[in-house]
Amino acid sequence: MSKSTSPDKPLKQIHLAAHFPGVNNTTVWSDPEAGSHIEFSSFAHFARTAERAKFDFLFLAEGLRLREQGGQIYDLDVVGRPDTFAVLTALAAVTEHLGLTGTINSTFNEPYEVARQFASLDHLSDGRAAWNVVTSWDAFTGENFRRGGFLPQEERYSRAKEFLTTAHELFDSWRGDEILADQETGTFLNDAKVGAFVHQGRHFDIQGQFNVPRSPQGRPVIFQAGDSEEGREFAAEGADAIFSRYSTLEEGQAFYTDVKGRLARHGRTHDQLLILPAATFVLGDTDAEAEELSREVRRKQVSGATAIKHLEFVWNRDLSAYDPEGPLPDIDPDLGEHTVARGRAQVRMYRDPLATAREWRELAAANKWSIRDLVIETGNRQSFVGSPATVAEAINSFVQADASDGFILVPHITPGGLDAFADTVVPLLQERGVFRTEYEGTTLRDHLGLAHPDATPSIPEPVSVPTPDPAPTSVPASAGR
Amino acid sequence: MSSSPSPSSALPFSADSAPPAALHLAVALDGAGWHPAAWREPVARPGELFTARYWADLVTEAERGLLDFVTIEDGLGLQSSHFTEPDGRTDQVRGRLDAVLIAARVAPLTSHIGLVPTVVATHTEPFHISKAIATLDYVSTGRAGVRVQVSARRNEAAHFGRRTLPAFEDVEDLGRPEVRELTADLFDEAADYAEAVRRLWDSWEDDAEIRDVATGRFIDRDKLHYIDFEGKHFSVKGPSITPRPPQGRPLVSALAHEGPTDAPFRLLGRSADLGYVTPRDAGHAHAIVTAVRAEQDAAGRGDEPLHLFGDLVVFLDDAPAAAAARRERLDSLAGQPYTSDARIFTGTPAQLADLLAELAQAGLTGFRLRPAVVGHDLPAITRGLVPELQRRGVFRRAYEADTLRGLLGLARPASRYAATA
Ligand SMILES: Cc1cc2nc3c(=O)[nH]c(=O)nc-3n(C[C@H](O)[C@H](O)[C@H](O)COP(=O)(O)O)c2cc1C
Repeated sequence: MSKSTSPDKPLKQIHLAAHFPGVNNTTVWSDPEAGSHIEFSSFAHFARTAERAKFDFLFLAEGLRLREQGGQIYDLDVVGRPDTFAVLTALAAVTEHLGLTGTINSTFNEPYEVARQFASLDHLSDGRAAWNVVTSWDAFTGENFRRGGFLPQEERYSRAKEFLTTAHELFDSWRGDEILADQETGTFLNDAKVGAFVHQGRHFDIQGQFNVPRSPQGRPVIFQAGDSEEGREFAAEGADAIFSRYSTLEEGQAFYTDVKGRLARHGRTHDQLLILPAATFVLGDTDAEAEELSREVRRKQVSGATAIKHLEFVWNRDLSAYDPEGPLPDIDPDLGEHTVARGRAQVRMYRDPLATAREWRELAAANKWSIRDLVIETGNRQSFVGSPATVAEAINSFVQADASDGFILVPHITPGGLDAFADTVVPLLQERGVFRTEYEGTTLRDHLGLAHPDATPSIPEPVSVPTPDPAPTSVPASAGR
Repeated sequence: MSSSPSPSSALPFSADSAPPAALHLAVALDGAGWHPAAWREPVARPGELFTARYWADLVTEAERGLLDFVTIEDGLGLQSSHFTEPDGRTDQVRGRLDAVLIAARVAPLTSHIGLVPTVVATHTEPFHISKAIATLDYVSTGRAGVRVQVSARRNEAAHFGRRTLPAFEDVEDLGRPEVRELTADLFDEAADYAEAVRRLWDSWEDDAEIRDVATGRFIDRDKLHYIDFEGKHFSVKGPSITPRPPQGRPLVSALAHEGPTDAPFRLLGRSADLGYVTPRDAGHAHAIVTAVRAEQDAAGRGDEPLHLFGDLVVFLDDAPAAAAARRERLDSLAGQPYTSDARIFTGTPAQLADLLAELAQAGLTGFRLRPAVVGHDLPAITRGLVPELQRRGVFRRAYEADTLRGLLGLARPASRYAATA
């Protein structure tokens, strides 16, 4: 047990979720065990494994344009993904408890449609829907949409916030008691104004009646993924969970303290926002075997060509003439408009390419790393490597030390990469009493220990609503866990 | 079975010398049924309209009857008895779930029947819909289609805030110049939409995913294509983010009425695999078929199959009087006689089979039946009409294909971007 856990502090219950391995270079598609990342049977296998392991939810990321590098579609990683809503709703047919979390962009969608889709998913899954709100703004992605790429970068959280507020107004426009369906009297609804809403704001000027009745969870669970100051505030103000990227202990604790510290200002309590970093893992029978396997996986994830391409993200120029097994380029990054890598969410990492390049050259020189070594060492460290016992202990310590409330696990094999974790690590966490052995409730809110949001008690007046805060959940989270 | 549904080759009940051709049959699912008082019938389950179980039961029943496909109605506002405005009524079913998601939810629970949800082209994104229907095709392993619909409802436009539409009262108003212009514009936009969606499905060639370990390439980028679609209301760059679906191109369908503008039939001619039409009788059906085929020729698609299904609302009972009485009872519950854009049939399965035979003679290749009361008329179709059609030798006795295109005798198209040499 981690020494940061004081004896009188009750053990935190760990939240675990499974990220379907998709478009990135985590996936080792060359592995003989790698299957389809598109066929529904892959999703069904993955979801059933996650449910067998009593995970909280399955998570899907999203990208709305194929990535490009140097003006050409990026061809080294897994490419292609199905529609989030359709695949999650289909998964509701083959699972009973597993939460279904979809990443849906607030820039290239409209609130009425997205609110309908999430409310529909929540109905069709009996209360298992969650929405990871993301904001990519770039004109590159916008070229696939009516609205185009008009939105300046600094507007993206402004629109995201208003989008979420508007969606909440729509979710709350049905109280949940309007459908009488009284066959005798012929009264279907008790309220002709059901679903009424008016929203006049900077990004949306819409009004009318929402046409999906209140869903089992009232609203989907809200996730935020994004790390900027605005991103953190956005999460502290209105999200139920954060999908973060910090899976080292110190970074995790710093992020956890920062974000949880913001909650009080928004009238929220510590347990109303869960912090769930993405995490990868490699399991072996022994720690040594897992280390060995981990090295193999990383080399498969980063081919020589992949290493060069990753360097190009920072250098913003064609580096194809360089030998991946040789030293880093001594020319500096091109500081012009970033034209090399397009459609990548993690651009923040490259905001100061000169500094990054300098740092990397120093690292490589000090360690005698080739280009490929550098990319492997800096970019592809697995979060948890070891025997099942080692991994279970590491995960538990991390959570008990308040570096997170759990993890969203991304295996490197589709779709069977979760099987071993379910069979070997989960039982150990259950033995320690830090992970459920049975689902205690039916909805995702139940699994996450989040309160059920109250519906607005009365019909909204048809007045202009500028951009109010999303109503915080008014009931304290259940203490059941 | 007829794989080339042109008028001449699709006479389901021909002279004694030739064997009768097969009919195709779909049902249109909408809430408790198409009659506004349907939900008040004892067989209705009005409290369950928003549950997965309800929809799974209906689609499973349709599959038991070996139907080609079900359509699922949708709309981006509350249902209304008024043409363009909400009606504020509380005595009819109001509210509905997203049709694409209903279809996705029932897909893993069924194995042969086609699933054709409605999408509203006027307010949604072709890029999103393209991947949603492609994904429906994946989760149903090749049984997806889509019905593309336009919306001229002012309240629905206000839910999106992107455009304002003129008010009009009823069908007569469709002749007014500004309404004509609007209808033509909405339908032409829907035709663009269908075209963009189909191009997105083609934007990945079938063998684009290569997983070539030797070169480290997962895909062959030369087999992915920008669609560069430019229309009056939108443009789409592509390629899709979803690989080409199992059917290549899921079925594109649309309902088209004849009217003051040619745009609805033009939509069928340009981009549909299947059109729903609303003939009053065989002569009318013949006129409609001729008009649509002319649009198809004009679009340069004269040699491609285009199914034309007649839409009918049906009240089916074992005795004609029972069906008529049921219709009257529902009308009196509703407080007014039921009217529809489609012909309303009241009678027995055998009488309906006769009517379908007559209409099919005019060149229709199938029918989409709209059950007046889904809990009653859907089983009457699957357990009454279907056996009757089977006895007459014009309906399948087992599913003969695993995909919707296969059931409809439509070949799997090659990607338009694939190099042919
Ligand atoms: C762990 C993590 C996962 C993310 N996943 C997605 C995704 O699937 N799709 C997407 O468009 N953006 C994704 N994002 C991007 C964020 O939504 C956000 O747009 C980006 O991080 C920039 O916001 P920031 O400046 O607040 O960090 C992700 C971000 C993080 C940190």
